Amino acid sequence: MRTLEQTTQEILELATKHFKVVPGSLKAEDDFYKKLGIDSLQTLEMLSRLENHFHIELPDYEVQGVSDFKTLAERVQARL
Amino acid sequence: MKEFRGRALRWEWRDGVVELTLDHEPLNEIGTVMLADLEKFAAAIKGLAPNTSACIITSARPGGFCAGADLKELYQGAAPLPNQKRVARVRAFLKRIHKVLNTIDAAPFVTFAAVHGLCMGGGLELALACDQIVADKMARFGFPELRLGLIPGFGGIPRLRRDVGNSFIRDLLFTGRTVKAESAHRAGLVAHLAGEGYALQVARSMAQQVTRFDAETRAAAKKFIKPIPLAELNQEIGLFCKLFNRPVVMQSLRRFVETDDSMKYLPVAERQHSH
Repeated sequence: MRTLEQTTQEILELATKHFKVVPGSLKAEDDFYKKLGIDSLQTLEMLSRLENHFHIELPDYEVQGVSDFKTLAERVQARL
Repeated sequence: MKEFRGRALRWEWRDGVVELTLDHEPLNEIGTVMLADLEKFAAAIKGLAPNTSACIITSARPGGFCAGADLKELYQGAAPLPNQKRVARVRAFLKRIHKVLNTIDAAPFVTFAAVHGLCMGGGLELALACDQIVADKMARFGFPELRLGLIPGFGGIPRLRRDVGNSFIRDLLFTGRTVKAESAHRAGLVAHLAGEGYALQVARSMAQQVTRFDAETRAAAKKFIKPIPLAELNQEIGLFCKLFNRPVVMQSLRRFVETDDSMKYLPVAERQHSH
């Protein structure tokens, strides 16, 4: 079973690849809306990638108010 | 009419298959412009039918299939009116869209919705009027109407009942969440999954397969397998109009319209209603 650190790292890697940013430029504490400049449509795309990657169901209401990768990872971890 | 190019969509007939492409900024919202073009398509079905085995409805918008009703237009049209006129206006729109979707639902050829990206609210209701939904793995489906104090009004609940279990419907409705394509496939809402960007290709392959069989048998089988739940659809219009006639709906629509465009597809974090 993945640790929270592993989950966080995988999310950072997924986001790096999907949004085509410089590897290593994203940190767990980053506000992904501000850092990546994404809108709700792109957030839902990201959600689909997370669900497909981790083989989980992650309702979009679970990410209400979540804006950093660390908290997002905690939400994902809870569904593993 | 084998070809048509309107303001919100276009269609083209080739080798027994009609491809209807929704293409209205930003995400094919169903307002008066889209409805007018859909009405033209519905009117053309009878003429197309003798030489058509299948129809694929797809979207040219990169964000997805269809984000649902044009809520901005709905709010801006309703806001200045007194209550009774507001409800009458909404009821008239619902009757028009129901007529269109019932016509597509009953088309004597096989219909496919090739879905990518967001397919929500009225967009999902359009897809549900089709015989099969083909979705790429990044597609998302949802009925967010409860976020506005409403239920789906374009026939979503009666049509969803034909395809999936009640528990899944309750999950979608009561949480207002979107589900990924794989979950929708598991629930029976999506017939076939496709790779990212391949929904249309897969739908075309299925449409080609359908052209091989006897048209009369196909039409008879479709009518038998997929009855249109007219009584329930009318009930839904009645309930929608009753719910629409409450201040909380106009407040929610106003909040939606005033929300930063970049965030409008996500659930709102704060509680919207008293209980």
